[in-house]
Amino acid sequence: MALDRKIAYINLSTGKIETRPIPIEIRKKFLGGRGLDAYLLYNHAPEGCDPLGPDNPLMISGGILAATCASATARTHIMAKSPLTGLLGSANMGGFFAPEMAWAGFHHLVITGKAKSPVYIWIHNGKIEIRDAAYLWGKSTTETQWAIREELGDEDIKSAVIGQAGEKLVRYANVMTGIKNAAGRTGMGAVMGSKNLKAVAVRGTMDIRIAHPVDALEYNKQFIEGITSAKVNSTQGSLGTPFIWGATNSWGGLRTRNFQYNQMEYADDIEPERLDEIATETIGPNHMTGCFGCQVHCRAQYKIPSGPYAGKYDEGPEYTSLGAFGAEPDCRKAETVLTGNHLVNQYGVDNLEIGSMIAWAMELYELGIITSKETDGLDLRFGNDEALLEMVHRICLRKGWLGDVLADGGIPASEKIGKNSFDYLIQVKGMNNLHSDERGTPALALNIATASRGSDHLRSRPAIDLYHLPEKILRKIYGSPVPYDGPLSSEHTDYEGKPWQVFWQQNCYMAVDCLGICKYHTVFLGATLPNFEDWPKVIYYNTGLEFTPVELWEIAERCNNLERMFNLREGLTRNDLKKGDMLNHRYFDEPARRGAPDIVGRTIDRQKFKKMVDEFYNHCGWDKQGLITSATMERLGLNQEPSHLL
Amino acid sequence: MEKVLTVDFQKCTGCRLCELVCSVMHDGISNPARSRIKIVKWEDEGRYVPMICQQCEDAPCKNVCPVGAISRDADYGFLTIDHALCIGCRSCVSVCPFGAMSYNQVDKKVFKCDLCGGQPQCVRFCDEKAVDFVASDNMTVKKKRDAATRLYASQKHAVAIQEHV
Repeated sequence: MALDRKIAYINLSTGKIETRPIPIEIRKKFLGGRGLDAYLLYNHAPEGCDPLGPDNPLMISGGILAATCASATARTHIMAKSPLTGLLGSANMGGFFAPEMAWAGFHHLVITGKAKSPVYIWIHNGKIEIRDAAYLWGKSTTETQWAIREELGDEDIKSAVIGQAGEKLVRYANVMTGIKNAAGRTGMGAVMGSKNLKAVAVRGTMDIRIAHPVDALEYNKQFIEGITSAKVNSTQGSLGTPFIWGATNSWGGLRTRNFQYNQMEYADDIEPERLDEIATETIGPNHMTGCFGCQVHCRAQYKIPSGPYAGKYDEGPEYTSLGAFGAEPDCRKAETVLTGNHLVNQYGVDNLEIGSMIAWAMELYELGIITSKETDGLDLRFGNDEALLEMVHRICLRKGWLGDVLADGGIPASEKIGKNSFDYLIQVKGMNNLHSDERGTPALALNIATASRGSDHLRSRPAIDLYHLPEKILRKIYGSPVPYDGPLSSEHTDYEGKPWQVFWQQNCYMAVDCLGICKYHTVFLGATLPNFEDWPKVIYYNTGLEFTPVELWEIAERCNNLERMFNLREGLTRNDLKKGDMLNHRYFDEPARRGAPDIVGRTIDRQKFKKMVDEFYNHCGWDKQGLITSATMERLGLNQEPSHLL
Repeated sequence: MEKVLTVDFQKCTGCRLCELVCSVMHDGISNPARSRIKIVKWEDEGRYVPMICQQCEDAPCKNVCPVGAISRDADYGFLTIDHALCIGCRSCVSVCPFGAMSYNQVDKKVFKCDLCGGQPQCVRFCDEKAVDFVASDNMTVKKKRDAATRLYASQKHAVAIQEHV
């Protein structure tokens, strides 16, 4: 049974390891994955703890559906207090790690303490061992994974590892598995590094009995057909996320030159079709690959075609690498994007964050806020490909004054750089924004302002808002599983009704993250994809647990509120530019300069934005300060937290 | 008509959905260790090869079995194990040149591909058709056409270059 997978508590200071079953009552309240991780974080992280100290608990988990007969249950979730934001740290990755961990007997790990010297955790069919990792320290993410396989003599071992960026405590270092699957955001790799934990390796051959196998198999077939028949997913399956990047750029919703522009000119060499050509030339016509059990196969394989890294194999690039090494630094060569993507995958660092940090530094350099003295002579202009890639090395290895400063994340760096550098930092809660521009889309602006882990598109973004769907269809999607009869607008420049969409998406994505499935399998990019109405069947056929759509909605609400409780406890206040639900002033003051007529010249209206946040808080059951009301706490059964049941 | 399972490894995306549905179909359990198909991977270069039972004509597993527990299915032509006769000596596991005969340590039984009784689930779930189930009398027709297409294209290309020169 999926439900007999256990939780393990691993203390790296003492070496103590304890395993426990996960009670069914806990499952019914938090499901698993990110939701249950939020419960564990709130219960195990001491208030105000140092994110890089031994007290900060690191949670690694699979969803409740991990490795069951459902589609794309590949997602691994990682949570801790973030060393980047000082608030909620949470990141999610695909690949094959979470299913393997489930076959090895576990759904959740809680890792505390700090090992005296580098170690890795080895989990094999219910057994857990802490092993020496001295020989792995300094190795890249892939070298580490292959070395563990060689040491233990099993090619099927899956590992979640850190690279050199995590070892050097770069505050946005990530955790990786496989070639390019990255739990990218909020610096979970630095938390592993701070614990001297190089990797968690898993391998399992333990049965997961499916509650209703025939139904699960048949429903999975039907479910997959629904997923792959969506046009957006067949396009993803041939071009990957670069296709979204290309479309966003054509329209003018792409953050460029650190928010100076919203569209990249001269992007011919890095358009999705060009990248597809490179993949075809270097790998062959069948160059798409996927995560466990997923038929979307949204990632390309490629070899770097030229330059100092020519011939190196990697996967991607995703939207974020095109933003980080293309639009943001205004570098126009495919070679640069593909090399940058390879470097971040090897170092184990969040491509989104590092690209934003370098673009920010480039703007500061051009403004004279930093000079060649701070850059150690590096000519950090926009469009300087060599300088861009050199900065990637410097940050990941903390080389030079600027590399070391930027490795600490945006807000600490702005304090060290001084002057008015902070004004140019496009962040919320200390985390940089995706390489997208939300000035023409109030719904998306509200999403990044209020997302629980900082400026982020995967927590509550109503991306389908850009499709101008008829109101009837919007009502169908957003009017269930709980009724909603307020305003809803097909026009993406409107402010009306958007708070409900953001609230709905916030619950939808939380549910997905609890199940452990991918967001391409829900209402993220495709309006017709499965959501609350469909999941109860998947859960029932696979685990035997019965839920109604409304019950799943409530679970998602409960877990979202737990994340909010954690953030409030750690110091979130509504209008704090550094720790609140507030956007950089440039969203309100600087009009978008380029793009289609429905974006050029637009800013976010301060008053209307404030009203949106008010309404959003109201939907969430929070007061005007963004605090959770006692009625909401009671309704969701959270007034006894921390309850220390697990 | 007899049909056979074929593999075009270039089409495999490495997702291992086939391993999942195979084990669920046969045992009602998700566990790749119970799967009759396995995707062998070279992750560092992105190569994935589905390994299946070839249902050999002169089958080593059948030949080696000391109790004659392995026979050929009359309708579909696959090799099948009679567990009433099988003594669990695993000789078949040793001799199979493809590693397609497996042993389940929980049930203490050997197991192999039985084409799901004529409806292989791995094929049904593989959108890419990296594994396919085709009539044995024309299993190479598609391959011939693919190769011919490539030849034709390269010939045209060669002619174009010649003319250009």
